[in-house]
Amino acid sequence: MTRLEMEGVRAFYGQALALDEVSLSAGRGEVVALLGRNGAGKSTTLKAVMGLVRVGAGRIAFDGADLGALPSHRRARLGIGYVPEERRIFTDLTVAENLEVGRQPARPGAPTWTEARIWALFPPLEALRRRPGGRLSGGEQQMLAVARTLMGNPGLLLLDEPSEGIAPILVAAMADAVLALKAEGLTILLSEQNLRFAARVADRAYVLSQGRVAATGTMGALLSDQAAIGRHLSTGP
Amino acid sequence: MDSLIGTLRLLAEEPSFAVAQALTGLAGASSLFLVSAGLTIVFGVTRVVNFAHGSFFMVGAYVAVSAITLVGFWPGMLVAALAVGALGVAVEVGILRRIYRAPELFQLLATFGLVLVIQDATLWLWGPEDRMGPRAPGLRGAVDVLGQPVPLYDLFLIAVGPLVLALLWLVFRRTRWGVLVRAATADREMTAALGVDQKRLFTGVFALGALLAGLGGALQVPREAANLHMDLNVIAEAFVVVVVGGMGSIVGAYLAAVLIGVVHAFGVLLFPKLTLVLVFLIMAAVLVVRPAGLLGEAPVPAGGGHGTGEPPLRPASPLLKLAGAALLVLLALLPLATEGYALVLMVDVLALALFAASLHFLMGVGGMISFGHAAYFGIGAYGAALAAKYLAAPMELALAFAPLAAAVAGLAFGWLCGRASGVYLAMLSLAFAQIAWSVAVQWLEVTGGDNGILGLWPSPWAAGPGAYYYLTLGLTTAGLLAIRWLAHTPFGQSLRAGRDSPRRAEALGMSVGARQWAAVAVAGAFAGLAGGLFAYAKGSVFPSFLAISRSVDGLVMVLLGGVQSLTGPIVGAIAYIGLADQLVRGVEYWRLVLGATIILLAVAFRGGLAGIAIRRAGAP
Repeated sequence: MTRLEMEGVRAFYGQALALDEVSLSAGRGEVVALLGRNGAGKSTTLKAVMGLVRVGAGRIAFDGADLGALPSHRRARLGIGYVPEERRIFTDLTVAENLEVGRQPARPGAPTWTEARIWALFPPLEALRRRPGGRLSGGEQQMLAVARTLMGNPGLLLLDEPSEGIAPILVAAMADAVLALKAEGLTILLSEQNLRFAARVADRAYVLSQGRVAATGTMGALLSDQAAIGRHLSTGP
Repeated sequence: MDSLIGTLRLLAEEPSFAVAQALTGLAGASSLFLVSAGLTIVFGVTRVVNFAHGSFFMVGAYVAVSAITLVGFWPGMLVAALAVGALGVAVEVGILRRIYRAPELFQLLATFGLVLVIQDATLWLWGPEDRMGPRAPGLRGAVDVLGQPVPLYDLFLIAVGPLVLALLWLVFRRTRWGVLVRAATADREMTAALGVDQKRLFTGVFALGALLAGLGGALQVPREAANLHMDLNVIAEAFVVVVVGGMGSIVGAYLAAVLIGVVHAFGVLLFPKLTLVLVFLIMAAVLVVRPAGLLGEAPVPAGGGHGTGEPPLRPASPLLKLAGAALLVLLALLPLATEGYALVLMVDVLALALFAASLHFLMGVGGMISFGHAAYFGIGAYGAALAAKYLAAPMELALAFAPLAAAVAGLAFGWLCGRASGVYLAMLSLAFAQIAWSVAVQWLEVTGGDNGILGLWPSPWAAGPGAYYYLTLGLTTAGLLAIRWLAHTPFGQSLRAGRDSPRRAEALGMSVGARQWAAVAVAGAFAGLAGGLFAYAKGSVFPSFLAISRSVDGLVMVLLGGVQSLTGPIVGAIAYIGLADQLVRGVEYWRLVLGATIILLAVAFRGGLAGIAIRRAGAP
C-alpha cells in the first residue's frame, strides 16, 4: 500500500519557487531515493513532507490522509520522522537526552524503539550515552540524528543526505542500518548525492532537476541509463 | 567625601561590619536571582525579552501582602507565586502566542504595553499607598554574626537562592520537560520536527518564569513595602543581571545576582547617591572583558531591521516638499492668529517631534532599538539647566550645551554597549535610562532631586511666547531637515546597510560598530537639543524628563507614525500630542489605555498603522 503520496507539490522559499509540480510516492517497506545536484530540490521535498517549508499548491498524503497545513509536530506524531542534512544534534544535551527529546509513545503499525534497540542498531552510541552531543564525531552525530528520530517510532523516515561527510566505514554501517530498518517495514525516503550509497539501499529513485522530477524508475534501470546520469547527476563536464 | 572616608575606615576597622553588609547583599540577591532566572529561561526558549517580568515581581509582592492576611504567611507566599504563574499563562496565551513570529520590536512593545497595563491595574486594585507586609513567623529575630546582628529572614533568603538554583537544575536535568525545554532553547524547529508541541512548552516555560518572578516579589515583602515603582526598578536590575550573567544561563544569572546584590549593599554605604550607577559600571566592566556575559555564549548577531525586506527610503517627493513647505508657512503664521495656549502646546509638539525623529533615526535608519531614549532628552535638558545654574550660561550657550551633553552621554553608552544589538541593546538602553533617572533623583545636591531645577528663563529677546515659539520652530525645523539629510548621506546609507545585513556590510569593509556608535551620539544630540528646548519652554527640569514614560512617549510617536518612513515621527508627534496626550491623560488610568493601545498595535497591526497607510498609498 502507499505510505506517502505527493501530487503536484509546489513549495516556496519566500517568493522563490523551490519545487515545481513534484509528484512521487513511496510504499510500505520501500526505500526511495531522491537524486539530483545541489539545489535540485531534494532537501526541499523532504522539508515539504515534514511541514518545514511553505507548500503553495498540491497535495501530500500520509497513509491516505491529506497532511494539509498540519504543523510539523503533528506530522511527527502521525509517524513521520525527519533527519535533517545538518543533523542538528542538540549539542548541550547528552546522547541519552537527545534520544529522550525524540521519544514518542508507541504507535500501532510501526516498530517501537527503546534505548536498548538503538544500541543494537548503532553499537558505538552506547558507550557515549552520557557524552554531550557537541563532542561527538560527524559519523557519531549522524547515527545519533537517525537514532533520535527513530525514538519517535516513525512509519516513514525522511533521511537527508545520510552518507554526507562521514567516514567510508561508517557509510557502510549506515547503509546496513537503512536496510535493517527497511526489513522492519519502515518506508524510507532519502536524498542522496552518493550514487553508490543510493544504489546499495534504494529500490526506486526520482531524479530531481531545478525543482522538477526529471526522471524516475527502479534503481537498476536509472543506473543503466548513462545519458540521464550525465544530464542530471554528474558534476563533471 | 568625608563620609566616604569615614565609612571606609569603619569597614577596615570592623571586618564584621563588612561581613554583615555582604550578608545583606546576598539576601537581596536572592529575589533578584528569582526574577532574573525567570527572565532568562523565558528568553532562552521563546526569544522574547519580557519587559513585564518586573511587573510580575510587583504583582507577586502585592498579592502576597493581601494573601498573607487571608491565609497566613507561608501559604500566602505560595498563593502569590501560583497566582502570578497563572497570570503568566494568561499573558502567554492571550498576547505573546500571537506575536512569536513578529519582528522583535513589536514583541518588546507588546510586553512594554503590558507593563503600563499592569501598573494601572495594580494601582486600581491596591491603591497608591505602599503596602508593608508582615514579618515571617519564626524568622522575626536576628542572630549574631561576628557580633553584628543579622536578621534571620535575611539568612533564610540567602539559602533560598541556591535552593531554587538547585531545584531548577534538577528540573532541567532530570525531567523530560526540562530536557525538552533545553532542546527547544537550542533549536526550536528541530524540536518541533521531533513531535514536541511548542505551544504547550512555551506556555509552561512562561508560567514557570512568571511564577519565579512572583515568588521573588512575595519573598521581598517582609523586607520592602510593596510599591508601584518595584516593576521598573527590578526589571532594570534584572536586565543587568541577565546580561552580566549571560543570556539564557541560569547559573550565570545567580552569579551575577550575587555580584550585583553585594555591590549594591556596599554601594549603599559608600556612594549612597549613586548605587545604580555603580551597578551599571560593574556591568560595563564585565561586558568589556566578556562581551557575552560571565557564562554566556557569544550572542548570535541577528539581522537588524523590523522584518524581512526593509523598503528603501526615498528622497522627498515634490509633493511632500510642497506639503512640508506649506506646513512650515502655516506654522510660521500661527502666532499671528493666536498668542495663547496653542503656541505653548505647539512648542511641546515641535520639541517632541524632534525627539521622536531622533529616536526614529536610531531605530528606523540605524536599526537599533532603544527603550531609553528619554535619557538623552533628559540629559540635554539637565545639561542646559546645569549650565545655566552653575555656569550662569545665557540661554544661547545653555541650548548649545544641551546636544553636547547628550552626545557625550550617547558616546559613553555606545562605547559600553557598542557590541550589543537587538534585544540586548533594548535591555541595556532601558537600564541606562533608568540609571540616568536615578542620578537625577538621588543626587540632590546637584540636580535638586524630585524638586528639579527651576528658574530657567529664555534670554530677553526670546522671552515672549511668540519669540520662543519662533526659536523652537527654527531649531526644530533645522534639526528635522538635518536628520533627513543625514539619512540620505553615505553615513545614513551605510547605517541602513548595517541594519539590514550587518555581516555583508562588514564584509564590504564597513565598520558597522563604529557607524552605529556615531549614530547613537548623533541621535542623542538631537534628542538633547529637543530636551533643552523643552526645558526652556517649561522654565524648569524634573526627573520625569528622563523617566521611562518619556521613552515610551517617543516609541509610541515613532510607532504611530510608522518606523519605515522619515516623515513618520513628525506625523506621530502631532497625532500623539494633539490627540492622545490631551485625551488620554485626562483619563485617570491613562497608562491602562495607552498600554492596551500599544499591545493592540503590536498584536493586531504589526506594521504599524501608518505603515499600512503608507504601503497602500505607495509613497513615503
